[in-house]
Amino acid sequence: MQDPTTNPVAAANRRLTKRLLLVTVAMFGFGFAMVPLYEVLCEVTGLNGRTGSQAAVLEPGMAVDESRTVTVEFVASLNSGAPWEFAPQVTRMTVHPGQFYQMNYHAQNLTGQTLAGQAVPSVAPGPAARHFQKIECFCFTRQVFQPGEGRDMPVIFRLDPDLAPDVRTVTLSYTFFKLDDAGG
Amino acid sequence: MSTASPALDHDHDHEHHGPARGLKRWLLTTNHKDIGTLYLLFSLAMFFVGGAMALVIRAELFQPGMQIVDPHFFNQMTTMHALIMVFGAVMPAFVGLANWLIPMMIGAPDMALPRMNNWSFWILPFAFTLLLSTLFIPGGGPAGGWTLYPPLVLQTGQAFPFVILAIHMMGVSSIMGAINVIATILNMRAPGMTLMKMPLFVWTWLITAFLLIAVMPVLAGAVTMLLTDKYFGTSFFNAAGGGDPVLFQHIFWFFGHPEVYIMILPAFGIISHIIPTFARKPLFGYASMVYATASIAFLSFIVWAHHMFTVGMPLAGILFFMYATMLIAVPTGVKVFNWVATMWRGSMTFETPMLFAIAFVILFTIGGFSGLMLSIAPADFQYHDTYFVVAHFHYVLVPGSVFSLMAAAYYWLPKWTGHMYNETLGKVHFWLSVIGVNILFFPQHFLGLAGMPRRIPDYALQFTQFNMISTVGAFIFGLSQLLFLYIVIQTIRGGAKATDQVWDGAKGLEWTLSSPPPYHTFTTAPEVK
Repeated sequence: MQDPTTNPVAAANRRLTKRLLLVTVAMFGFGFAMVPLYEVLCEVTGLNGRTGSQAAVLEPGMAVDESRTVTVEFVASLNSGAPWEFAPQVTRMTVHPGQFYQMNYHAQNLTGQTLAGQAVPSVAPGPAARHFQKIECFCFTRQVFQPGEGRDMPVIFRLDPDLAPDVRTVTLSYTFFKLDDAGG
Repeated sequence: MSTASPALDHDHDHEHHGPARGLKRWLLTTNHKDIGTLYLLFSLAMFFVGGAMALVIRAELFQPGMQIVDPHFFNQMTTMHALIMVFGAVMPAFVGLANWLIPMMIGAPDMALPRMNNWSFWILPFAFTLLLSTLFIPGGGPAGGWTLYPPLVLQTGQAFPFVILAIHMMGVSSIMGAINVIATILNMRAPGMTLMKMPLFVWTWLITAFLLIAVMPVLAGAVTMLLTDKYFGTSFFNAAGGGDPVLFQHIFWFFGHPEVYIMILPAFGIISHIIPTFARKPLFGYASMVYATASIAFLSFIVWAHHMFTVGMPLAGILFFMYATMLIAVPTGVKVFNWVATMWRGSMTFETPMLFAIAFVILFTIGGFSGLMLSIAPADFQYHDTYFVVAHFHYVLVPGSVFSLMAAAYYWLPKWTGHMYNETLGKVHFWLSVIGVNILFFPQHFLGLAGMPRRIPDYALQFTQFNMISTVGAFIFGLSQLLFLYIVIQTIRGGAKATDQVWDGAKGLEWTLSSPPPYHTFTTAPEVK
């Protein structure tokens, strides 16, 4: 065999190997690029029941659709081992799209320590998520609880009148996570 | 294992006369035949390790209730069985075949990057030692399923970083192997061997290698994110920190679906060699086979979410992934048609490789059809995570990929060793395998349709009979592989002398070499007309 530095096949192999390694590195990067891509896609489409984590803007003269009613169901769940009692005070409401409503979730710290938690909302069915607007929500901020403290946490929300007419029930679900514990 | 005769090498005496002696030969070898042998023996060993785990699973499922192992160990068995069979048995077996056969098929003296070739093999024993060692550390091995879904997989104990590192090592090994295959095929072909003259095993491997370098890095990224989520406070998949566990499923299956084609495309290549040989006719529709393989590879990138129809995608997404998935049936159908058309009016004989190849065509098609059923999104909501899925992918992987590997072993073993295997024992092995595998997996379709979930150590009473039948089949299939081991060892040690062409219908450059081929072949490139 020839000296690899002068052998044209060996040189071609080295060139191709470098290119293929570049593809490998690019695909490794693509795996990570899927994270922001997915975020954007979910925000835009409301995919996966994502509802905005920002408060909706209150505008005067927003229309109320009196002609139909939608049932809103409230669900609460705790992430595994989160030491809280966490429940909605009403489990369902009948609402008119366009009108503002307030309801409360109650949470109580069951431990003797100060705890911080965060609620993460999700709306089902997924396509309704974009039309679920929250003016005020305890899920926007982290919630700190003194030892044994219990309190009501308000949600002020409104369904966009653009909500598809075949949607008769919308479920708002909160999962309560304990913070400070990166593992979740 | 080959006793290459140094006499055949005398015309280029500035090189080695033959392999070095002893353990060093295998540790330091850069010879594609030696490395191919190492890959094949390693994958055979892993096939038995993973198979033993499968028998633990089936033994526990023989009866309802908990009999033999505790649920946590059962879950470790399902997870490890999958990881070992996918990354330790099937993938290295195909890489081993690629090493042995691609240089001999395209008239190249060796792989393009022989030193890297040595490295990509020798990473594997370390990776799997690391993975298997997790069974013995406190808290046990990974038990969250081979798909490693968070948040469940993040509950893995001390084994977790070991598993991630092992997967990284397997990925590095596969990527290096794939780069080597691409460089060999694109740069080392003999003069006159144009792309559209390449044997189909070479074509399918070229496409597989591109799939590997495209998706193995994505898996590496996904498991790295799991690692940082668990130990470094990131929140890629942690909802409390604004992440999303469903994102992992998207990234994983973006790797995972091409991965299943990585495990079947080389099998298509093998079958496309064996059927023409024993039908004594050229392959029907060579060009359409190449285009069908490329189409399948392309489609594999845009169907991943059919593994996760139930996560709550918008209707448009579900429909897209459903139709894209169904589209794969078209190129696959072209392939099955071509194999059948090759056999049509051929002068067929039924030696062991041909038996395995025909069983492949029939049983892989059954697996393909159950896949088509699963691709129907409204039906998938019922089938999801049931034994129907288990039956489906085992049909395409066991009587699919594994049978093609068995067929390849019987077909090329005389070429590699210079000895004919025992045809009677080969046929016994075939019939035990084909009967065993159907008793094992066919009832699992019914279990799934009746609602038995996968990955559970205990089940409701009405599933008992089919589970018992399945377990009996598992032991028939599993134990009959010991016969395969015996046949392979017997053939390596001796047997009737194989001719150069071995099979009278065999075509291709590898059959122009002696059996066994000399240690160095095609140091002067052959002329391909």
